[in-house]
Amino acid sequence: MPNLTIKNLHATVGNTKILNGVSLSVSSGEIHIIMGQNGSGKSTLLSVLMGSPKYTVTMGSAKLDKKNLLDLSPSERAQAGLFLAFQHPQVVAGVALGNFLRLAKNTIHSAQKNKKPAMAPAQFAGLMREEMNKLNIDPAFMSRSINDGFSGGEKKKSEVLQMAILEPAFAFLDEIDSGLDVDALKIVSKQISTIHKKQKMGLVIVSHNPRILDFIKPDKIHIMSKGKIVAQGGTEILKKIEKNGFESFIKKK
Amino acid sequence: MAIPTKTKKIINKAGSRSAADFRTNTKNIFTARKGLNQEIIRELSRQKSEPEWMLEFRLKAYEIFLEKHMPTWGADLSKIDFDNIHYYVRPQDKTKRNWEDVPAEIKNTFDKLGIPEAERKFLAGTGAQFESEMIYHSLAENLAKQGVIFESTDDALKNHPELFKKHFGTVVPTHDNKFSALNSAVWSGGSFIYVPKGVHVELPLQAYFRINMKNMGQFERTLIIADEGSSVHYVEGCTAPTYSSDSLHSAVVEIIVKKDARVQYTTVQNWSSNVYNLVTKRASVYENGHMFWLDCNLGSKATMKYPSVILRERGAKGEIQSLAFAGKGQHQDAGGKAIHLAPDTSSTIISKSISKNGGRTTYRGLVKVIKGAQNVKTRVVCDALMLDPASRSDTYPTMDIKEKDVTIAHEATVASIGEDELFYLMSRGLSEEQAATLIVNGFASPIVKQLPMEYAVELNRLLTLEMTGSVG
Repeated sequence: MPNLTIKNLHATVGNTKILNGVSLSVSSGEIHIIMGQNGSGKSTLLSVLMGSPKYTVTMGSAKLDKKNLLDLSPSERAQAGLFLAFQHPQVVAGVALGNFLRLAKNTIHSAQKNKKPAMAPAQFAGLMREEMNKLNIDPAFMSRSINDGFSGGEKKKSEVLQMAILEPAFAFLDEIDSGLDVDALKIVSKQISTIHKKQKMGLVIVSHNPRILDFIKPDKIHIMSKGKIVAQGGTEILKKIEKNGFESFIKKK
Repeated sequence: MAIPTKTKKIINKAGSRSAADFRTNTKNIFTARKGLNQEIIRELSRQKSEPEWMLEFRLKAYEIFLEKHMPTWGADLSKIDFDNIHYYVRPQDKTKRNWEDVPAEIKNTFDKLGIPEAERKFLAGTGAQFESEMIYHSLAENLAKQGVIFESTDDALKNHPELFKKHFGTVVPTHDNKFSALNSAVWSGGSFIYVPKGVHVELPLQAYFRINMKNMGQFERTLIIADEGSSVHYVEGCTAPTYSSDSLHSAVVEIIVKKDARVQYTTVQNWSSNVYNLVTKRASVYENGHMFWLDCNLGSKATMKYPSVILRERGAKGEIQSLAFAGKGQHQDAGGKAIHLAPDTSSTIISKSISKNGGRTTYRGLVKVIKGAQNVKTRVVCDALMLDPASRSDTYPTMDIKEKDVTIAHEATVASIGEDELFYLMSRGLSEEQAATLIVNGFASPIVKQLPMEYAVELNRLLTLEMTGSVG
C-alpha cells in the first residue's frame, strides 16, 4: 500500500520561513484534515509537496514510497500519482478544459509502467460527461477555457472533476470548501467522499470549515501553527477547537 | 466539417516546417542573371509579351525604386543585397489549367506540400506559384459561368485588359514605399480575382506560393475586385526551403471592396528563416463594404507587413487580425492601418504576437480619422506573449484623430509566460514543454479559431512545432 512520508520539512519563500519542520505520514485510503489559523503554513505545505516553484525547500524530505518527491518536477510528481486541488485555480485562456484534461490523462497514462492505451476524444468525452453530471457541472464547460470566467464554486467543482478524471494515488485539497454555497458544498463533499471510496486514494484536506466533516469522515486531524504540526488526533480534537479555538494548541506548544 | 483523413495527413505534411524544407531540381525556361537594371525589366516584359503601357509602368517604377530610401524605422533590412537576387525566374511556358500538364518536378514539389490536389476538395479554386510564375490556376466551373474571374495576374492583363488597367495600381501606388516600387517594377504572378455583382463565392479560393531557388526574389501581385453586393474569401499559403543565403519576398496586394461587398483575405505563411518578407497589402472599401484581413505570420528572417483598410464611404467596415511568431534571429514587425475617410465607418485591429529564444515582435499600427468622419468606431487590441527574457516585444500604436465624434478603444498587454499557469498545467502531469505549448496555443486561439478548419489544424501544428525543444 503506497505511503506518503514527510519528515522535518522546511521551506521558505524569499527570506521568509514558512514551513519549520513538518512531519506527516499518510497511507493510501486514509483521509487527513489539516486545520489552523491563516498563515500557519497549511496551503504552503500542499504547494511545496506538489513542487510549486515559488518555494524553496531548505531541509527535510518528502517521499512517495521510496521515490524522493523533492527531486521531481511538478509533472513527474503528478505522473507519480500526486494531485493538488488549488485554493485559487489558475485561468488558462484559450485552452479548452476537455482537451487539456484528455492530454493530461493520456500523458499520465503513458508515463506509467503498465501503460494504458490513450483515450480517444469520443471515449474521453463520455467519461467527462459522466463525471460532470455527478458534480452538477454543465457539459458546456468541457469546451470552455480553463477556469476562465468560472464562478468560485465552478472553479472548485472543476478541481474535483479533474481529480475524478486523473485518479491520483494521493490528492491534496486546498480549501476545496471555500466559496461554496450550502448546496454546492454538499455536492462537492459527497462527490469527494464517493471518489475516495471508489479510488481509495490518500487524501490530505486543508480546511477552515468543520462543516466539510459532516460529509467526509477523516482518519486524522492535524493542527498547524507557525509552519509546524502542533497537535493531532481524531474527531475529538474538533470539540477542543470549537471550545477554545486554535490558540489553545499554540499555547500548549 | 469533417475532413477526410487523407486530406488531413496531407495538410499536416504541408504545415510542418521540416516537411516544407526540401529543394527541387528544376530546369527553368528562363533565369534572369542576378541583379536589377532596365535591361532585365525589358527582358521580363518581353518574355511576358506585355503591352507597351505595362513596360513603361515598370520602368517608371524602377526609377522610383532607385530614388526611394530603405525604410529604417522597422526591421533591420541592411543585409539585403539587391545585386545578389534573381528577379525573374520562369519555370514553364504558361499557366496550366490542368494539373496533369504541370512539369513533373514542379508537380512533385506541390504534391509533397499537399497542394493543390487534396485541397481542391474543399476549395472553389486553386492557384500555385513557383518562383516567378503562376504555374497552375483553376476555378470551379459554376463560378466561371457566373462570371467570376480567378486567373494569374499575368493572364488577366492579357485576357481582361480594360478591367485590369482600370484598377491596377489604384490602391497601392508605385511610390507608396521602396518595396511597392520594386514590386511594381518586377511584379510577376499573383492572383487576379473579379467577383461580379451579387455573386457569393461560398468556398475559399486559394493560392500557394513557393520559393524553391536560392537567392530568389518573388514579387507576386494580387488584385481582387469584389463588385457590389458580392463576397469572396481568398487564402494564401507560402513556404520556401532553407538556404544559407537570403531570399526576398515582396508582394503587393490590392483589394477593392465595392458597395455592400465582403472580402476576407487569409494568410498562413511559414517562410524559412532566410526569407525577407516585405509585403504591402491594402484594401479600399466603399459604402457598407466589409474587408477582413486575417494574417498569420510564422517564419521568415524579417517580416514587415501592415495590412491596411481605407474606409472611403459611409458604413464601410475594416477588420485586421494578425498573429505573429518570432523565434531565434527573427523579427516580425507587423500590425495594421485603418484610415477613416467617411462617417459611420468602423475598424478593429487585433494583433497577437509570440516571441521566443531571442525573437522579436513589433506591433506597429495606425488609426487615422479625418475631420468630418463622424460617428467612427475603432478598436485596437495588441497582446504580446514572451516566452523567455531574451525575447523582445515593442508596441508602436499611432492615433491620428481629427474628428471629435469618434469612439476609440485601445488595449495593449505584454506578458511573459506565467509561472502560475505553467505550474497549474504541470501539476496535472503535463511536461513543461506541453504546458508552454498549450499556453501558446491558447493565446493564439482567438485568431486561429477564425481560420477555415483545415488551416486552423495546420496552424496549431505549426505552433506546436515551433514550441518543440523550446523549453529546458
